[in-house]
Amino acid sequence: MSDELIKQQEIDFQLYEVLDTESLCDRERFADHNKETFGAVLDTANKLASELFAPHNAKADSDEPSFDGEKVSMIDDVKVAFDAYNEAGFVAGRYDYDEGGMQLPETIMTACSGYFLAANPSTTAYPFLTMGAANVIRSFASQELKETFLPPMLSGEFTGTMALTEPHAGSGLADIRTSATLAEDGTYRIKGSKLYISGGDHELTSNIVHLVLAKIPGGPAGVGGISLFVVPKYRLDDSGKPAERNDVVLAGLIHKLGYRGTTSTALTFGENGDCHGYLVGEPHQGLRYMFKMMNEARLGVGFGAAVIGYRGYRYSLDYAKERTQGRLPPKTNPTDPTVPIVEHGDVKRMLLAQKAYSEGAMSLCFFGARLVDDVHTAKTEEERKSAFELLDLLTPVVKAWPSEYGPKANDLAIQVLGGSGYTREYPVEQCWRDNRLNPIHEGTNGIQALDLMTRKIWQKNGAGLALLQKQIMSDFSQAKGAESQKLIASVGSYVAQLEPLLGTIGKALQSEQLLAVISNAHSFMNVFGQIVMSWIWIRQAIKAEQALSGEVTEQEKAFYLGKIQTAKYFVNWELPAIKRDLELLTQLDSSCSDMQTEWF
Amino acid sequence: MKVLVPVKRAIDYNVKVRVKPDNSGVDLANTKMSINPFCEIAVEEAVRLKEKGVATEIVVVSVGDKSCQEQIRTALALGADRGIQIDTDLSLDSLQIAKLLKQVVDKEEPQLVILGKQSIDSDNNQTGQMLAALTVMPQGTFASEVVVDGDKVNVTREIDGGLQTVALNLPAVVTTDLRLNEPRYASLPNIMKAKRKPLEVMPAADFGVDLTSKVSVIKVEPPAQREGGAKVADVAELVEKLKTEAKVI
Repeated sequence: MSDELIKQQEIDFQLYEVLDTESLCDRERFADHNKETFGAVLDTANKLASELFAPHNAKADSDEPSFDGEKVSMIDDVKVAFDAYNEAGFVAGRYDYDEGGMQLPETIMTACSGYFLAANPSTTAYPFLTMGAANVIRSFASQELKETFLPPMLSGEFTGTMALTEPHAGSGLADIRTSATLAEDGTYRIKGSKLYISGGDHELTSNIVHLVLAKIPGGPAGVGGISLFVVPKYRLDDSGKPAERNDVVLAGLIHKLGYRGTTSTALTFGENGDCHGYLVGEPHQGLRYMFKMMNEARLGVGFGAAVIGYRGYRYSLDYAKERTQGRLPPKTNPTDPTVPIVEHGDVKRMLLAQKAYSEGAMSLCFFGARLVDDVHTAKTEEERKSAFELLDLLTPVVKAWPSEYGPKANDLAIQVLGGSGYTREYPVEQCWRDNRLNPIHEGTNGIQALDLMTRKIWQKNGAGLALLQKQIMSDFSQAKGAESQKLIASVGSYVAQLEPLLGTIGKALQSEQLLAVISNAHSFMNVFGQIVMSWIWIRQAIKAEQALSGEVTEQEKAFYLGKIQTAKYFVNWELPAIKRDLELLTQLDSSCSDMQTEWF
Repeated sequence: MKVLVPVKRAIDYNVKVRVKPDNSGVDLANTKMSINPFCEIAVEEAVRLKEKGVATEIVVVSVGDKSCQEQIRTALALGADRGIQIDTDLSLDSLQIAKLLKQVVDKEEPQLVILGKQSIDSDNNQTGQMLAALTVMPQGTFASEVVVDGDKVNVTREIDGGLQTVALNLPAVVTTDLRLNEPRYASLPNIMKAKRKPLEVMPAADFGVDLTSKVSVIKVEPPAQREGGAKVADVAELVEKLKTEAKVI
């Protein structure tokens, strides 16, 4: 596609100008690191992604994995890339040195993941799922389970999955039916069916470690009765090597719109009554454990959506600079040369929107990643607590905003390419198909909106919201340039409406208008999201203005002016679209909730 | 056996090169820089020799300002043992680089010097040959295979007619071609190890080499835009165009 997966300057701007990532090295945990080691790690990620992941992105999509009834087969390139990722040591990158890790900050790991997700999201899913599953085992499983399963997962000998969804229970996990019965040997026998399990079967590794949600009979009803189990595809022998099959059977592969290189599976557990599962932590705590992984996964989903959006943006930008078509006034004579389409106003609009969505979403996710670092390593207990509360508030936004606007960016990339964009000869349609998963998985965007409106905003008496306001005020107070100050004034008029709006919603949530107000949750996410994103863009504009007040090259000048112009675009074009949502929410509009099923 | 590997910091091969508006050179501001790919192959070859037990120490050297320490660290992360930065802000030509390297060879006395055959920025293909001449060492250029055999090294060279194998007495200079090997990736643990490996900085001014450039760049231009082709109606028109437009017949 484009020459670089993510522009070096963009990564440097986000990491070292918008965020002061280098200051993390003052913290004990990261004391061995400096900008140079961060750079070397990012280089390895960029190189691996460019050389081993990107080249087979289209091939993994067109030659998707197949199942002959016995084994899953897929193109060889996936295994080459997967093995190289593991050999480079990325799986344990966040972990302690004595666990074989690198103690890298989340901010840097996020930037690394950007290269892989931009290069080839479907191959990247295999190591990423493994890292997520390993994290849950590391955080909650017994010492014995950790010692058994973590080392081969961290070295890439085993992969991991999360097996939550069942054919009849997706978002509504309270209703899962998979059961786990205590056996005489102290382990459990798992029985049930799981669906859409990514990476649920393949031949990349000698074993697959499923993290399965199941109910222990006799436990509490609903989510309080869900437990978490480690269920390997092969049970291990005394030396820890995969031995006997564990009665986990692949019922079939699912055929998806995008992300085709990642197997999506229907799995049957315990058809012959011999599927062994090992309880993680305490009984009935499974959902809580799984949510730890889900929250991290949500940041990952948001960032993935942002960088796939970015890939489409960069590709369509390059295309628009090269493709000439039509003429611009006053030079409209047929003898005048045709102009590159990037010069047409409407194409500029589509490129600006893509830039605003994708670079903005990346910046938001980097802010989220930095909060993860602060939760674990900020100097004072108070700072760590604040970071946790702010991250908790923003998690639904970090998941839902990029995953709503990332596919919108890809949609516009297709439009910029015109007829070419609609063909499989050009890569932007695959970006769109891959990205279309992101509003759906790890909690649909509908659920994120409900979570934000009915829970996150209010928890701890609005502590998260107060922290966000403080952060925004502190950032805005640094604005010295005329442009950013003007933008801040425009955003202010919308922010001022938030407080009375929250009053209205708060009351309505406890009244008979509950159903009406929650039917407008998407509008609430939109209002909140656009205000947050305006702040994220103004943050970038402020940094750009600061840089421009010093000495810059022509090329740097163009980069920073581009940031300021995009902030302007966002506040002038995108933010005012929330007027409709504000109106709907203030009126507690019931157009959707009043609609009766029979009337459709 | 000690192996010396000179490496160069060059624009990353994935980056689209932009010419400065005043045509004075390539715009490198905020551009991704990497170890020159041929130099990376040289480092990889040295590391493989060490893994085979042939080489005992790998010394990496680069000439440039502080920023080239990044590429020295990369080489150290790939498996080199220590680094030398010959510190200068000047932009040097192949001959001056070769003269500086000669002094490093005199001091370090390596049995083998492995260099990239050329750098992807200036494409000169000179430094290795010049260094061999200055140090009076035999040279095996464009290597696609390097086998050390006692006090000799057999170098298979990629030449126009195919492959040529030369046997050189050690110490010798080898320059690498693209097919010699596929360099490994710097793994995260090795990046951390590289941080602790020694890196010595030596001011170029202390080498007693005349560093004034003998070559001046007149103008740098991007390649001409490729123009679209046209269909011809028949052979007659083709011949006509070849005569009058292309002027090749």
